[in-house]
Amino acid sequence: MKHTIKELEDIASQIRRDIVRMVHGCQSGHPGGSLGCTDFFTALYFEVLNYKKDFSMDGIGEDLFFLSNGHISPVWYSTLAHAGFFDKSELATFRKLDSRLQGHPTTHEHLPGVRVASGSLGQGMSVAIGAALTKRLNGDNSYVFSLHGDGELQEGQNWEAAMFAPFHKVDHLICTVDYNGQQIDGPTDKVLSLDSLQAKFEAFGWHVINTDGNDMAAIVEGLHYAKTLAGKGKPILNLMSTQMGAGVDYMMGSHKWHGTAPNDEQLATALAQLPETLGDY
Amino acid sequence: MKKYTYTEKKDTRSGFGAGLHEAGKKNENVVALCADLVGSLKMDAFIKDFPERFTQVGIAEANMIGIAAGMTIGGKIPFTGTFANFSTGRVYDQIRQSVAYSNKNVKICASHAGLTLGEDGATHQILEDIGLMKMLPGMVVINPCDYNQTKAATIAIAEYEGPVYLRFGRPVIPVFTDPDQKFEIGKAWMVNEGTDVTIIATGHMVWKAIEAGEKLAELGIDAEIINIHTIKPLDDEAILKSVKKTGCVVTCEEHNKFGGLGESVARLLTTELPTPQEFVATNDTFGESGTPDQLMSKYGLDAVNIVEAVQKVIGRKKA
Ligand SMILES: Cc1ncc(C[n+]2csc(CCOP(=O)(O)OP(=O)(O)O)c2C)c(N)n1
Ligand SMILES: [Mg+2]
Repeated sequence: MKHTIKELEDIASQIRRDIVRMVHGCQSGHPGGSLGCTDFFTALYFEVLNYKKDFSMDGIGEDLFFLSNGHISPVWYSTLAHAGFFDKSELATFRKLDSRLQGHPTTHEHLPGVRVASGSLGQGMSVAIGAALTKRLNGDNSYVFSLHGDGELQEGQNWEAAMFAPFHKVDHLICTVDYNGQQIDGPTDKVLSLDSLQAKFEAFGWHVINTDGNDMAAIVEGLHYAKTLAGKGKPILNLMSTQMGAGVDYMMGSHKWHGTAPNDEQLATALAQLPETLGDY
Repeated sequence: MKKYTYTEKKDTRSGFGAGLHEAGKKNENVVALCADLVGSLKMDAFIKDFPERFTQVGIAEANMIGIAAGMTIGGKIPFTGTFANFSTGRVYDQIRQSVAYSNKNVKICASHAGLTLGEDGATHQILEDIGLMKMLPGMVVINPCDYNQTKAATIAIAEYEGPVYLRFGRPVIPVFTDPDQKFEIGKAWMVNEGTDVTIIATGHMVWKAIEAGEKLAELGIDAEIINIHTIKPLDDEAILKSVKKTGCVVTCEEHNKFGGLGESVARLLTTELPTPQEFVATNDTFGESGTPDQLMSKYGLDAVNIVEAVQKVIGRKKA
């Protein structure tokens, strides 16, 4: 371990503060999924992902990460800043004119850490597979990670990708699903049930694991375990249970905070629950 | 310059929601589908009164278009609702084959078009949708200019038989057209008669054209302003008649100048009546995050840009 669990939890607390402040600052954006995935991002970038400090698009010899559910950009941006990809002061520009921190992640403004645009849902798994295929052709044994929303899996392209990856033995690919059971119009079970994702992916030929995405020790262990499963002929799917809005009591567990910004009072309430550990931007 | 005033500002997507509700009351064959954006598309009133005629398809736009095409078989009139980007580019071949080529009576209703979607940024701000849709044979393309016109257009397309693309937006803007207007597909609306230049505007740009017209009047320029809400079929007659009188034209749209209304007008004029034309449109670029007003200004879609284009085109006319 590079960090203790306590240290990772402290980083996560700061990232959560950043998220609510960023979304409040521009009065738009998506706090719910961002907060739910904060522990995952912290574990990934501070413990699991083997990345180079100097960002390069090609990422030769390092692990790659793709965010398919691009609307949770706040958590990614804050994580990238704390991991040293750019200065955290830039977080204040989120969603504002002339910013590199666009509403949804993009390569257009050359933000270090981002390798493809996302925001229009359902495209990231294909891109991650493509990057993994190139790694294989290059004889590069590092890993490709990706994150997907559960509602996002309603997009058909995911299932084209899900069929492709096992058939082509893309086995350095670790896709995580933010299994929060929520999307814009309500709980996924009410909008369009995903039923058993585990059974679906297993039927397609994936190795499926289940993790608790809001328990730091569990998610670190789960991602390390996922790496040990790589190279065995199957892509890996990490079904990660989370709570939308995790860490801010009034946002938790409801689709209402998928894409709503807190007002001044709500911001204060949220910040009171999230200790400032590394200094606000 | 004819005086236009407004007492309230509303979003055109709410005009769509109100029109869909009306159309649903008038004709029980009207059905609606949505891809996890019910609130954004303002479909709540329709869903409340006609729950059995509403289908939530989830985040699956391609499936939605296919289901809509299928539902026409047997007589339903499906209205699909999602953002403009996911209504067009995302599902182009599904529209092309199952709707346009198969001539199905599907109404593709697209909100959050253009830059004025704002902070979500370029992934969601489509500036190419008019072009994509107008290239499909048989597709009617409509981009109304305010709440009332969007409501009227929504009711009108339910009565029209054939595929339609209806484009509207997110921001609140002045409501200045007649609440009781009869919407005629393909018929231009004369906003202001003038003699020096023809300003042709669609969608959110119509109010900007009116603002520009007022500024031009102060400069002694008498602008004719025409609202083209139906980009296809284009009202050739109204445009030619006006341009014959004024001798120059400025087209205004919240869309890429490649493939938009401006190019449709240019095609008409080069074949029928070659005329100096300037384009107020985005210039082969993606958008970005920002407030709607900031973006309209940065990308050259404000009244001042129309005024400048008019001055330029009048200069070219004299040259
Ligand atoms: C192709 C596409 N369709 C629709 C949308 C609008 N949209 C953005 S997020 C979202 C819901 C996503 O649900 P989920 O993946 O579960 O994310 P969560 O709400 O849990 O963060 C929708 C419908 C989009 N961005 N892209
Ligand atoms: Mg979800």
